[in-house]
Amino acid sequence: MSVAAPTVVPLADVFDSFSGAIEFIFNERETAGGVGGEPVGGLEQIGDLLWTHVEVSALALGLALVIALPVGLYFGHRGTGELLAVAIGNAGRAIPELALIAFMAAFIGVGLLNVTIALAVLGIPPILTNTFVGVRQVDRGAVEAARGMGMSEAEVIRKVELPLAAPTIMTGVRTGAINIVATAAIAPLAGVLTLGDLILSRNVVGDDGVIAGAIVVALLALAVELALAGVQRLVTPRGLKVQRAGA
Amino acid sequence: MLDLAALLPIAQNGDGFVRDPAESGTSCVAENDTVCVGWAVDNIDRYVTPTLEHLELVVLSVGFGFALAFAMALISHRRRWLVPTFTGVTGVIYTLPSIALFALLLPITGRGTTTAVIALTLYTLQIIYRNIVTGLANVPEASKDTGRGMGMTDRQLLWKVELPLAVPEIIAGLRIATVSTVAIATLAVFAGAGGLGAEIYNDIDFKTGIVVSGTIAIAMAIAFDALYVLAQRWISPWRKVRPV
Repeated sequence: MSVAAPTVVPLADVFDSFSGAIEFIFNERETAGGVGGEPVGGLEQIGDLLWTHVEVSALALGLALVIALPVGLYFGHRGTGELLAVAIGNAGRAIPELALIAFMAAFIGVGLLNVTIALAVLGIPPILTNTFVGVRQVDRGAVEAARGMGMSEAEVIRKVELPLAAPTIMTGVRTGAINIVATAAIAPLAGVLTLGDLILSRNVVGDDGVIAGAIVVALLALAVELALAGVQRLVTPRGLKVQRAGA
Repeated sequence: MLDLAALLPIAQNGDGFVRDPAESGTSCVAENDTVCVGWAVDNIDRYVTPTLEHLELVVLSVGFGFALAFAMALISHRRRWLVPTFTGVTGVIYTLPSIALFALLLPITGRGTTTAVIALTLYTLQIIYRNIVTGLANVPEASKDTGRGMGMTDRQLLWKVELPLAVPEIIAGLRIATVSTVAIATLAVFAGAGGLGAEIYNDIDFKTGIVVSGTIAIAMAIAFDALYVLAQRWISPWRKVRPV
């Protein structure tokens, strides 16, 4: 196998492809190649797929948070398990997305719950590792001061370590969310019809539908990233912002 | 009589058919209840070509990505105002789901290895560029001053002091980028570029095929990881290799 020289495509054709895709998003049309069946495209269908995509991604991110956040906080607070936290972060990156979804569908079954679990598996490593590292990086002086003020260990975690680690934790949440939203695009292979359904069913929706699906998925990912960057700014304690501006 | 045809999967894009009724022979494959170790051992040669395709995608993408990120880092090294721009652009690209990027490139570069390599290369930029910039920024002022005191020009300082001292961070970036690319390259089948993902997608219900392909991909990622650790020990023996 060798890399073929890219064929030069006239700019007008590229423009046609993308304008066809935009039209697909806004207007319903017959299925491609006379496959028959329900019409495809249009805001209603795109909206349904978008909703499922958001739903399964949000569930998976929520599940990942519920598992990774307490575990990361606990081990970060105790200062043990560093090797494990780092190893989980590394192992997470090595999980082949397509194999994960196919494995889930073939061995455990299709459906919303199973896809949610599979996607959460991709979200947990970056959140866990960043929570651990974020808590470890909290100034020990601040933790000792909090203890000196008579805070219980739970209060130290909640009132000192969690807020000071929040920006680092949010970096992990953003990475996890990107992984989840991206991989949710292949969820149709496990029976959950997300926006990826358009990208995967070229014989039904045609080239316009494939590109339309890609455009909407890309916009969704960018929107999620922007929203979480906003959240990250909100949860960054004012003291840290001042420190950073001064640094 | 048992309808064999109904039990066997339909190859989904025509260029691959993982389970061959004439060769499989065992009922394990036809039943597809569990991982058929015997079949996997007998048929491991089927996975050689997809593995090499996968390896090619990874090596090309990380190679191009490193060259591009390195050039960007050198350009922005003396023009600091470019750093936020480059970081922002590579960050936005990294946010795009790979399967969407493949589809968006199809009208421009068509189906095939080229499209997959372009997309995978773009993905590696964010991590590699960030780590080169961080590595250069973390070089102690004292080391640079020493170099200047020895009469080094800016160029000599960069190549003889700053870059060697940045090697651990640069390799850390390459490690992350390579391991991620091995995993993401399973999706290159949607760009028509083959690889281990094609073995999975062409016979998506075949449990043994999923496990064998997935295991090869994970083993490849671990092998690359180990190679980088060795490379770093060799290139900069004065630094201890830290877990990334």
